[in-house]
Amino acid sequence: MNLFVDALAWLFSLDRLIGGNSIPQRVLEHAGYTVLSLIVSAVIAIPVGFAIGHFRRGREVTVALSGAARALPSLGLLTVLALMLGLGAAPAVAVIVFVVLGTPSVLAGAYSGIESVDPATVKAARAMGMTEWQVLWKVEVPLGLPLLVGGLRSAALQIVATATLAAYIGLGGLGSYIFTAIPLRQYDVMLGGAILIMVLAIVIDALFAGLGRLVTPRGVRHRRRESERSLALSARPARGTTL
Amino acid sequence: MNWLVNNLDLVLELSLQHVRLAVLPIVLGFALSLPIGWLAWRFRFSRGLVLTVIGLLYTIPSLALFVLLPPALGISFLSELNVTIALTVYAVALMTRSVTEGLAAVGPSVRVAATAMGYSTWGRFWRVEFPLAGPVMLAGLRVVAVSTVSLVTVGVFVGVRSLGYLFTDGLQRGIVLEIVTGIVMTVVIALLLDLVLVVLGRILMPWQRLFAPSATVRRLQTARPAA
Amino acid sequence: MIEFRSVSKEFDDGTVAVDDISLVIPARRVTVLVGSSGSGKTTLLQMINRMVEPTSGTIEIDGENIAGIAPVPLRRRIGYVIQNSGLLPHRTIIDNVATVLYLEGVRKPQAHERALELLSTVGLDHALATRYPSQLSGGQQQRVGVARALAVNPNILLMDEPFGAVDPIVRAELQQELLRLQRELAKTIVFVTHDIDEAFLLGDNVVILGEGAKIAQQGSPSELLANPATEFVASFIGADRGRRELTIRRVNGRSVVIDGTGRPAGVLAETDGPAS
Repeated sequence: MNLFVDALAWLFSLDRLIGGNSIPQRVLEHAGYTVLSLIVSAVIAIPVGFAIGHFRRGREVTVALSGAARALPSLGLLTVLALMLGLGAAPAVAVIVFVVLGTPSVLAGAYSGIESVDPATVKAARAMGMTEWQVLWKVEVPLGLPLLVGGLRSAALQIVATATLAAYIGLGGLGSYIFTAIPLRQYDVMLGGAILIMVLAIVIDALFAGLGRLVTPRGVRHRRRESERSLALSARPARGTTL
Repeated sequence: MNWLVNNLDLVLELSLQHVRLAVLPIVLGFALSLPIGWLAWRFRFSRGLVLTVIGLLYTIPSLALFVLLPPALGISFLSELNVTIALTVYAVALMTRSVTEGLAAVGPSVRVAATAMGYSTWGRFWRVEFPLAGPVMLAGLRVVAVSTVSLVTVGVFVGVRSLGYLFTDGLQRGIVLEIVTGIVMTVVIALLLDLVLVVLGRILMPWQRLFAPSATVRRLQTARPAA
Repeated sequence: MIEFRSVSKEFDDGTVAVDDISLVIPARRVTVLVGSSGSGKTTLLQMINRMVEPTSGTIEIDGENIAGIAPVPLRRRIGYVIQNSGLLPHRTIIDNVATVLYLEGVRKPQAHERALELLSTVGLDHALATRYPSQLSGGQQQRVGVARALAVNPNILLMDEPFGAVDPIVRAELQQELLRLQRELAKTIVFVTHDIDEAFLLGDNVVILGEGAKIAQQGSPSELLANPATEFVASFIGADRGRRELTIRRVNGRSVVIDGTGRPAGVLAETDGPAS
């Protein structure tokens, strides 16, 4: 408990608000890497995911690639890229690592969203005379949006936790508190840093939860809630562990 | 190539150490998540609470957990136990949801039929619900296994040696091959453990080969852990 | 014989599924409980093997109050067949049939022997024994469900819309199969359905249930057809729309049976000599 009080004291000290190592500064760095990596992941994964979901092709390859990618240790990837590209390219290195981390979740969310749409609904849309493009944008995408948001949410949480490592290659972020405190055994600082990362993660999670509710079409909202009650939140794609 | 030739012993030693560090949390995490997942599934009032607490566990960065457990539990900072406990916490956090989802995926008519045939609650759980939740739980356990193998590497920051040592040491000494060796061995261990689980699943759930994987299983197969 | 004495069931949410019912189900006959959804017929059925506990009243089997029998052993001596078969997807057909035998501690070889016997009883090829449920058609699965229910040779068989999920042709086949089995085995069968034609086909005794499992009328199919007690019963069995009033009209030298709405219902079978 004492440690917790110390950590709070550290957190709420006025010193945390000023200088290059201030909390606002570190939060901005941390959030910046997270958001940038998430955007890049989304730009890569969403079109590919939609294509896989719509044409029902290439899913096996994607599953295999995601499976292989998920075995890659982020720390290893980070160090080897930093070494090969040089610490001057550190920001790019970090973004690459986080994009590798986030892309599979977004991809899975995108195509499983499209695949989750009842085939009868899609068939009916075609029968009404919609073009393939219209089927995708007017039927599949709106109905698949909640799962896509779920995929983005789990990618964001993985990235925000793993972004802790950015400090290891000198990029700041909230991990820098932890990394500088380890050799000095400053537990209050470590705990303070950890709390900040958790709060940031919870805020991001809550934002996506709200977004998920917002994008669920009203007609399926009731049904989803019903099934959620019986199936315990299974509507969102499973998350991986966070670093 | 020189580095590798000169350090084969080290790589082997670290790999074995890595396997040892990864396996225990996977097994413990699975065992602990069963009763927790069952509670969350069985009682509606506990479901929200359990799943919320578990959602919070996810948000703790593993590095933070590694450094905070020793003072919290009064164990040595450099203790392996520290890493084992932290990774078990993550395994439970990941696995509980799979247990709950797996149990929820057992068809109601099977449950009714089992009760009507005269299974006791205990017997029905172990003979019917547990095996039928198997495929979803296995998919979850595979994610746990692969992510745990990855997370073990982070233990290097609190002085617990594993293949992660090759990453930090390689970066400091500027040896790309050392880091690449670490990555390759981590991936190999992850894939081997995954293979073991798949084979175990085939043996223990022979009926499973007949179905296309359920939506839940497919979703878990495409999920990806961090680290 | 199964006897319900002033049995009521109110669920936790306040729904009264069964409201003070008294009913005698004769032994060695098929009794069909028929009613629309929400008539509490499944609740009634599940009270017989204590899957549902009555709020008040007693249920007796051959004079013994079932409240005094522990649910698990009680269920093991009563066969139960449900819609969608409820087979255990992780067990082979033969192990599914033998499930209750295993529960009762019968050894595997003996249990398998008995299970194979039962597969023959319900008209299934022994080659199916080592398959899994998902490899069988709906009709075959339903037969396995019946075989499983018969495994410990129970006196009582509870059937909850067992043929509800199969197509009409298979359903007709299964219905005939059940009649054949019943001629051989003479069990006390309690059969739940919402299909009045199925009730009339299978039931020696048909119980028509209104809301809250109120008995609207009870009797043999011919009794019900001859004298529907209330308008509800008449409408339920289709008498009010003339579906049950048949007349004969000669068409091309054959006797065509026409129902009350003028729709042809079939052709009269003419066996020896001219129709009387």
